[in-house]
This record gives sequence, C-alpha cells and structure tokens, in this order.
Amino acid sequence: MMIYLDNSATTKPFPEVVDAFATVASHYFANPSSLHGLGMKAERLLRQAREQIAAMLDVKPSEIVFTSGGTEANNFAIKGVAWQYRRRGRHIITTEIEHPSVAEPCRQLEELGFEVTYLPVGPDGRVSAEQVARALRDDTILVSVMHVNNEVGAVQPIEEIGAVLARHPKTLFHVDRVQGIGKVPLDVKRCGIDLFTVSAHKFHGLRGAGLLYVRDGVRLTPLIAGGGQERQLRSGTENVAAIVAMAKALRLALERYERDIGRLRELKAEWLQALAAIPSLSINTAERGSAPHIINFSLPSGIKPEVFVHELEKSEIYVSTTSACSSKRRAPSKTLLAMGVGEGRAERGIRISLSFDNRREEIKPAVAAIQQAIKTLSEVTGSHGDEV
Amino acid sequence: MERIYLDHAATSPIHPDVAAGMIQSMTEQFGNPSSIHYFGRQSRRALDEARSAIARSLGAKETEIVFTSGGTEADNFALIGTAMANRERGRHLITTAIEHHAVLRACEHLQKQGFDVTYLPVDEHGRVSVEDVKAALRDDTILVSIMFANNEVGTIQPIREIGALLRDHPAYFHTDAVQAYGLIPIDVNEYGIDLLSLSSHKINGPKGSGALYVRGTVRITPLLFGGEQERKRRAGTENVPGIIGLARAVEIAERTREEKRKQYAAWREAMLTIFRSSGLDFIVNGSEDGLPHIFNVAFPGTNVESLLVNLDLAGIAASSGSACTAGSIDPSHVLVAMCGNESERIRSSVRFSFGLGNTTEQIERAAEETVKIVKRLTKR
Ligand SMILES: Cc1ncc(COP(=O)(O)O)c(C=O)c1O
Ligand SMILES: Cc1ncc(COP(=O)(O)O)c(C=O)c1O
Repeated sequence: MMIYLDNSATTKPFPEVVDAFATVASHYFANPSSLHGLGMKAERLLRQAREQIAAMLDVKPSEIVFTSGGTEANNFAIKGVAWQYRRRGRHIITTEIEHPSVAEPCRQLEELGFEVTYLPVGPDGRVSAEQVARALRDDTILVSVMHVNNEVGAVQPIEEIGAVLARHPKTLFHVDRVQGIGKVPLDVKRCGIDLFTVSAHKFHGLRGAGLLYVRDGVRLTPLIAGGGQERQLRSGTENVAAIVAMAKALRLALERYERDIGRLRELKAEWLQALAAIPSLSINTAERGSAPHIINFSLPSGIKPEVFVHELEKSEIYVSTTSACSSKRRAPSKTLLAMGVGEGRAERGIRISLSFDNRREEIKPAVAAIQQAIKTLSEVTGSHGDEV
Repeated sequence: MERIYLDHAATSPIHPDVAAGMIQSMTEQFGNPSSIHYFGRQSRRALDEARSAIARSLGAKETEIVFTSGGTEADNFALIGTAMANRERGRHLITTAIEHHAVLRACEHLQKQGFDVTYLPVDEHGRVSVEDVKAALRDDTILVSIMFANNEVGTIQPIREIGALLRDHPAYFHTDAVQAYGLIPIDVNEYGIDLLSLSSHKINGPKGSGALYVRGTVRITPLLFGGEQERKRRAGTENVPGIIGLARAVEIAERTREEKRKQYAAWREAMLTIFRSSGLDFIVNGSEDGLPHIFNVAFPGTNVESLLVNLDLAGIAASSGSACTAGSIDPSHVLVAMCGNESERIRSSVRFSFGLGNTTEQIERAAEETVKIVKRLTKR
C-alpha cells in the first residue's frame, strides 16, 4: 500500500482537473487576445474561470491576476509594492518563517536600499499582532505574513494583524495563502487583506498556475511586462487550460473541505497522538493553532533525516525533510530554528503533510514503519549520539 | 462550416503526442523534483531529460537552460536580469523598433531605472542593418537584444553577422527566437548568441512553458527569487508537465522541420498565385526569405478590422499581427517602423500564419475567400 504524506510539497492532480486541462488544451487552444471567434472562445473560458475563482475566494474578478505559481505571485506582491510605493516609504515587515519566495525577494530589496524587519516567532511557530504593532513605522509600506507555515503548519493570527493594520491605511497587507487554501478558511474582507497568494498545485491543481489577489485600488509595478495581459499587470499568453483546471481544482478542494474537514482534523489528532507515543520523537507542531494537514517532528539524534526518508520509502511511505525547496541540501529548518528548538533538532525535522485523500487505516502501518525505521537506523549508527 | 485556423503565430494547437505526454506526467510523475523520495526523483529525471533535449537543440550545455513560464518571462528575465547584474559596467542597451512588446516594455521599465536604450530602425522589409548596430555600440553598452525573426512579418534578422560583430565587444547578445525556434536550426555558438528566448506554445507545445538560454559566462540577476530551483536563477516549483510538453514539442518540430518548411512555402506560393490571378491589388509585407509560416499582406483600400471580421465570418481565423486592446486594433508598431506612419499598409494588413492541422485545400479556400472579401470591401 502506497502512502503519500508529502502533500505540502505538491499534490496529485484530481482526475477531473487533468480532464479539464486536456479538453481545454486540445479544443480551445486559441490565444484569448485574438479577435477571431476561436480567440473569443478561449477568452470566454478564461473569463468564466476568473469569475468562478473570484466567487469561491469571495473577491471580485477584477482583483485576480493569474501568475505561473506561488513563487511568482509572492515576488510580484513584494517587489510590485516596493517599486510602486517606494516614494512613500522603504520599510517592510515580515516574519522569520516565511517561504523563501517571500524571504528572498525581501533580501533582494534590502540590497536595493529597503529595510526589512523579520519578526521572530514563539515556540508554537506564531507571531503576534502586538509584535506587528510594535514594528510598524510611518514609512512601513508592506506587511507580509503567511497564513499557514509550510514546515510546521502554524496558523498565523491574520485577523488580529489585520485589525492592527486597519489603523494604518497606508501600509499594505500581503498574505501567502499557498498552504492554507482549502484547509484553513480566511475572511479576506474582515482581515483587511490587500494582496494574497495562491498556488494551484498545492490543492490538486496543476503546476504552472497560481494567482495574486490585488484589492481594487492597490497599484503594483509589474514584474513581467509585455503584451499587457491581466490588465497590464502580468504579460504573457495566458495559460488558459491550466487556469480552467485551477478553477476546477479549487471547486473540488472546497467541496472536499465542506465534506471532510472534520475527518481531516480527527486524522491529524490521531497522527499526533500516535507519534507522541514514540518516546524518541520530538513533536514540533503545536496541537492548537496549527493547520489540519501538517505535522512536523524531529528524529532522535544520530539519525539523518534524508536517510530516514529513504528508509521509509522502502515501505512505500513518502514523507519530507523540512520543506521541499531546500531539501536537497541539509540545513537546519529555518522555521524550527526560529521556534527555538535548537540546532540539532532543527536539522532532524520530518514533515508529514496530509490531503483529504489520506485515510485512518494508513496511520497504523505508517507509524509502525516509522518506529521500525528509527530502530533500524539507530542500530546502524550505534544509537543516540550526544547531539542535542 | 469548417473553421480554418491561420493564426499559428499567435498560438498553435497542442500536438496530440505532446498532450498525451503531459497527461501521463500529471498522473504518474506528480512529485516535486526537489523532494528526495521516489516521486521527487522520478520528476527530477524527467526534468533532466527535457533539459538535455532543449540544450541539444541549441548546441548548448544543460546548465545553460533556464525554464520559464513562457516567452514573455524569458524576455523580461534576459533584459532586466542582465541589466541589473551588469549595471556597474554600463547602462546602455541596443534593441530594435520591431521587437515584441515583451522586449519593448522591459526596455521601458529599464529606462525608468536610469538605463539608456537605443531603438534601431529597420528597412522597408523589416530588417535592421549590421552597420546600424555597429554605429550604436558604445563602451558602456551591456546588452544588444535583436529578435531572430519578427512575429508579424516574419523577417529574419542578420543574427550571424551581429553575433560576429559582438565577438569583439563585451556586450551580451540576446535574441528573442520565439517565432524562429523550431523552424530554423539554431546553434548558439555558431551564431554567437549569449541569451535566447523560446516559448513552447508557438511550436505545438503547451502554454505557460518556455525557456531562456543563458551562456555560462553571462552574469544575470533572477526575476523570481525563492527556492533553489534552476540553479538559483528561477525560483518556483518546476512545471514538470509543461516542461515535458516543451521537450516533446521540440523533438517533433526538429523531426518535421524540413517537411514543414517546404509545405509552408508551398502554401504561401499557393495564396500568392490565387491573389495574383484574381487581379487583386496587394503588397506582401516582409521579405521573400522570411519565416515560412508567416505571410503578411496589405490590401490597399481595405481596413484591417473589417477584413478580419469578414474572414472570421467566413470561418477563417487570421490576425492583424499586432496586439489588440479592447477589441480595437492599434496600428502595428512593426509596420509603422517599416513603412512609416502615413503608409496605408499599417491599416490594411493581415497576417496569415500556417501550422499543424492546415491542409492545402484549406489554404486555397482561405485565399479564395480573401479575394472575395477584399473585392467586396474595395468595390466603390
Ligand atoms: C507557503 C508557500 N509559499 C509559496 C510557495 C511557492 O509556490 P510555488 O511552488 O507555486 O512556486 C510554497 C510551495 O512551494 C509554499 O509552501
Ligand atoms: C516574438 C515573440 N516574442 C515573445 C512572445 C511572447 O511569448 P509568450 O506568449 O510565451 O509569453 C511572442 C508571442 O506572443 C512572440 O511572438
């Protein structure tokens, strides 16, 4: 039995999503900018997908800018605001645990003369609205805080931060919702969010499609200029088939949420319980204030996380070391370090990430395999070393 | 009524084998190439194979290919990325008046950042002169960006000569090969090209996929920062199905290149013959030896909007070749650069572009319909 527990890295596309892609790519291939009938058909599909997605996200169609994915949307939000509003101020607030597609553009901006405050997090992996309030300055143009952390699943207090920012109308609020979509609801209006990022392949859509929500009235300098598509904000021939597929994936994901969120929460609680019963593991995901699909734990010292991943693979169980983007090189998890678990534990983090397709019956065999892998690898390495 | 699609330069239908490969990849190789487990490794292998296919097609090294979301991103990345990384060396760029907007708008962005851009003119066939490039070169020129072949009129630029000229100058040479790639064999070393943009959906691959060739010695700043994908030059989870689709499309394009070139040339000739024998007043825009799939024609006395509407009613999808905003057609900047603001050609030209799925019967019918429509529109 194959058990895929790496849904935060990427998900398997829903079959209906692949079908939608195939149909649109083969039969409605024209360029939506073309004036002829075939172009108009493609344009209509694009418009319908935009309207459907907007309705599901409770925003206006004119507020959606399609991108090639989450990384582009995050880069666009951060640099787009920085270039557009740099005369107003050059200070940005974010957290120490953002995805690299937020953190790295911030570093780039620092080199170009902007100032960035990186807020630390508590042991539960969360920042507080008070921290944001204290860091705010007259020249703060942007606050960027992720909704759900991709490594440990901590859910940030977006609504409280929004309330603080309501008193600072000149500071824009960006939220990376890549891990939260379809798993943790968010009221965009009540939270006062100006920009948010979505990536299709994290909810069983296709890679190469994502979007940035840009609230009406917010202006951004484009990252990719040219033919003037997406209301001049993002040029390039639209990937209509993948966008239609994203609309379909979002609808199915939200339906699954309605039907199965209770079950997913229970599943996670059971997972946490089963893992907590293994004495040599340290659980890094807090029981409260965390998303229903991500569990992070650290292996006992002496076991290399990548060796552990390969050992589990022998039983067809697929998990991940920290986040996928940085898992080729072993470095301590940035999020775990920020949570203060110590260097050693931060180097031995393992992430389990669920989808609505995971089942209870998987827990027992998977946990048994985890225990066995720990046992095997501890024997190999001569058991627990003296790392912290 | 059978619809006849003659707008392959705007975008082309996906080849069935390409679609099949992508669908297989979506269902079987859905792993993230950065993941270290089996699914990740399987995706990584597919990615590596696709990369070497693209590299081979250009005579490049695998490490010199950066996958992007398409031609527009590749152009923006090439221009803004090299300008930002080399701004200490100089702040001057050279390009042409007939580039795609993906290049022109990136240049405008750079001008706002304090860069100086020279836009070279073209002759009435849409060709830049190597002499003009030479004359425009300065000590502080860091990049010359000249498209391989134009998307509206198909004119091929003297890339080899410009590449040779730049061998003795530190400026990098970028070419937008979005329309040429696949139909013209290109070896980046032979041509002296340092950066080259390509786009998958113009060669029967999927939309949302493209690449930038970046010579190993070129200094370039990423456009997208984040994860360490594409050797830190382009962050973002790789669109593996899209990249596999591109690689398949390239393989098919190379295999069918000669046959297609002959076929398109014959179709162009067939249209010309029908136009001539009908006694129609027309002028071919571009040059005789341009890209074989692009056929741009002016019909004096007509207006492009009514031409296109009437063609569409007759089931023929063609194009003005220029960007359109809210249903109206701006005069093409390419035709303006070729024939001037006053020329009637800028308002009466249609681009027919050939590709997969077209037949000789379709081409002949399209030409005959065009004749009827033009005659009707020019009847006083
Ligand atoms: C929180 C978060 N933000 C952004 C991204 C980047 O999205 P994409 O893979 O679509 O570029 C990811 C996933 O890699 C993520 O987990
Ligand atoms: C010459 C040229 N360059 C760039 C592009 C942009 O490519 P894409 O549509 O993949 O963004 C196009 C097509 O639109 C083109 O014809």
